[in-house]
Amino acid sequence: MPTTYVEAIREGIREEMERDPNVFLLGEDIGVYGGAFKVTQGLLDQFGERRVVDTPISESAIVGAAIGASFMGLRPVAEMQFADFISCGFDQIVNYAAKCRYRWNAPAAIVVRAPCGGGIHGGPFHSQQNEAWFAHTPGLKVVLPATARDAKGLIKSAIRDNDPVLFFEHKALYRRVKEDLPEGDYTVPIGKANVYREGRDLSIVTYSAMVHTAAEAAEIVAKDGISVEVVDLRTLTPFDEETVLESVKKTSKAIVLHEATLTGGFGGEIAARITEKAFEYLDGPVVRIAAPDTPVPFSQTLEDAYLPSVEQVVEKVRWLAAY
Amino acid sequence: MAAVKLEAVHPDRGTGAEAELSRKFLYYMALMREVEERIERRLYRQGKVLGGVYVGRGQEAIPVGSGLVARPDDVLFPSHRDLALYFIRGVHPRNVFAQYMGRVDGLTRGRDGNMHMGDLSKGLVAIISAMAASVPVAAGAAMAMKYQGKDSVALVYFGDGATSRGDWHEGINLASVQKAPLVLLCNNNQYAYSTPLSKQMACQNVADRAAGYGIPAEIVDGNDPFAIHAATRRAVEHARGGLGPYLIECKTFRMTGHSAHDPADYVPKHLFEEWGAMCPIQRMQDRMVEEGWATREETNDILARIRKETDEAIAWAENSPFPDPSELTLGVYESK
Ligand SMILES: Cc1ncc(C[n+]2csc(CCOP(=O)(O)OP(=O)(O)O)c2C)c(N)n1
Ligand SMILES: [Mg+2]
Repeated sequence: MPTTYVEAIREGIREEMERDPNVFLLGEDIGVYGGAFKVTQGLLDQFGERRVVDTPISESAIVGAAIGASFMGLRPVAEMQFADFISCGFDQIVNYAAKCRYRWNAPAAIVVRAPCGGGIHGGPFHSQQNEAWFAHTPGLKVVLPATARDAKGLIKSAIRDNDPVLFFEHKALYRRVKEDLPEGDYTVPIGKANVYREGRDLSIVTYSAMVHTAAEAAEIVAKDGISVEVVDLRTLTPFDEETVLESVKKTSKAIVLHEATLTGGFGGEIAARITEKAFEYLDGPVVRIAAPDTPVPFSQTLEDAYLPSVEQVVEKVRWLAAY
Repeated sequence: MAAVKLEAVHPDRGTGAEAELSRKFLYYMALMREVEERIERRLYRQGKVLGGVYVGRGQEAIPVGSGLVARPDDVLFPSHRDLALYFIRGVHPRNVFAQYMGRVDGLTRGRDGNMHMGDLSKGLVAIISAMAASVPVAAGAAMAMKYQGKDSVALVYFGDGATSRGDWHEGINLASVQKAPLVLLCNNNQYAYSTPLSKQMACQNVADRAAGYGIPAEIVDGNDPFAIHAATRRAVEHARGGLGPYLIECKTFRMTGHSAHDPADYVPKHLFEEWGAMCPIQRMQDRMVEEGWATREETNDILARIRKETDEAIAWAENSPFPDPSELTLGVYESK
């Protein structure tokens, strides 16, 4: 039976909780209710209130408490109900958790899970893809799985990691993507990109839900004989420069695609690395596709226009392939 | 809400343990004063200490009175005016000087300055600059102690100004609903940088805020280590007993500027005079002599010993090297 993305995350958390009695969960409505997206459904019944803690609406306290618990040797997994509300816990993440190892050798081994992304008509405060805020903060690891297999393997790695990990789960993928998972205990390493689809003519470097957008576009242009390689970063920091450069050196053309807004997005960093380190291999400009620099709008027509689409990617691929 | 209890009766009264305790109080308070005097009034002015310098002059009774109650397995979250907690936990003054001078033998190896230092092996957690950020972290440490079935407690320190921040409220509220063993110690020195209490909060006391979280609070004379010691014993007993957080408000005064660069012209002169007469170190020496716990000669000996230790510590720290620039990028993440 194929496993959905949301089940994969839940199973990953469950297995880690079974394996390590120090792993516990905290967040809003995660216990009795099972979480706004039901990621933690059933875990309260299995592990009890001691290990599945329903908290007040206090994002800063949730992250802060996770840090404090990790100083005592526990392995907290904190849930933000929506990635958008992470702003209320921002200081604890970027000033406390990110810097304590460097400052005084006291690592914050925490996981902050955050359901992110649009396509669910959530409007400006329930749709953001705000990973770049954190990719810009040394000391944090930023993980965004695109597949069920990676979601399970990466949440397990995140829980075992000794640095603070921000784990962005794309809401539109929770029930949309599914696959058969490997049997038993497996992990996917943080900091390793994955060549999601192999190709010869052009590389699309992307992550999170846009991996599927890129793959759909690749399927369409394949009929015209354009062979697209899709690189799924899976982790922004640490950034797997090697896999990206290897792909671009092979195809000589690169599109960088993300759902987050354009200016200051992580795509700028990827494009810069490619031009700095693979310039002589390039047969065209590095092209970025991203959301426009606006808040995420609510209305269907506006949101559809906001999110990078398969058609948009197809068009840019054709343009760049012909360059 | 109770008024300030000026003449708190300590539970050790008349047991002989008071004399012993008074010697510890005097030693740690005077050591903190001496080390901070050197940092603020000499090394900083000589350009040997750069960056921000915040001291707890006049407030030494707070870390000392409370810190001597904590057991080794209790975890401390000092504020920027609680240097004595480090000495009580066995940090040597020479490493504190090295920390302020940005040397490799500072607790952060030059990665951070001044009171931004910690050592988990000694149960000391470093502050970050953002006021009150330690409160949720201490709440989480306290929740973890309960999770682990320990009967230890977390003690978190902060100023009056910090109690205006959301983190303070979020942290206490979470700890309270979780009945986490958290002791909250406020040094109400009546100023937050240049801002007087009246512009910080509309209630009379920090302790008044406790009602909103369903936790007990008491107000103590923040310049009397015995009063603070006794209150901390009550607080720790409450927290260890599974009853949740407990707030202690220590009324005191900041006998200096906010930091070494601040002449504090905004503070009315008479306040320095009135509170100067309440100096916890002078009061303790006088009381020791009055009660017959020590002779004047003995208290003077304690102070002389501290001055000598401090001289040696500074000389040692000045010989500590600056960190090598090759260390710059190390330790951002775990190295594998
Ligand atoms: C969130 C935040 N805002 C501003 C500052 C700058 N700042 C440093 S100390 C301070 C005053 C703190 O007052 P209080 O909490 O009463 O502590 P005290 O210094 O009086 O001991 C301010 C405003 C800060 N450190 N953190
Ligand atoms: Mg103050």
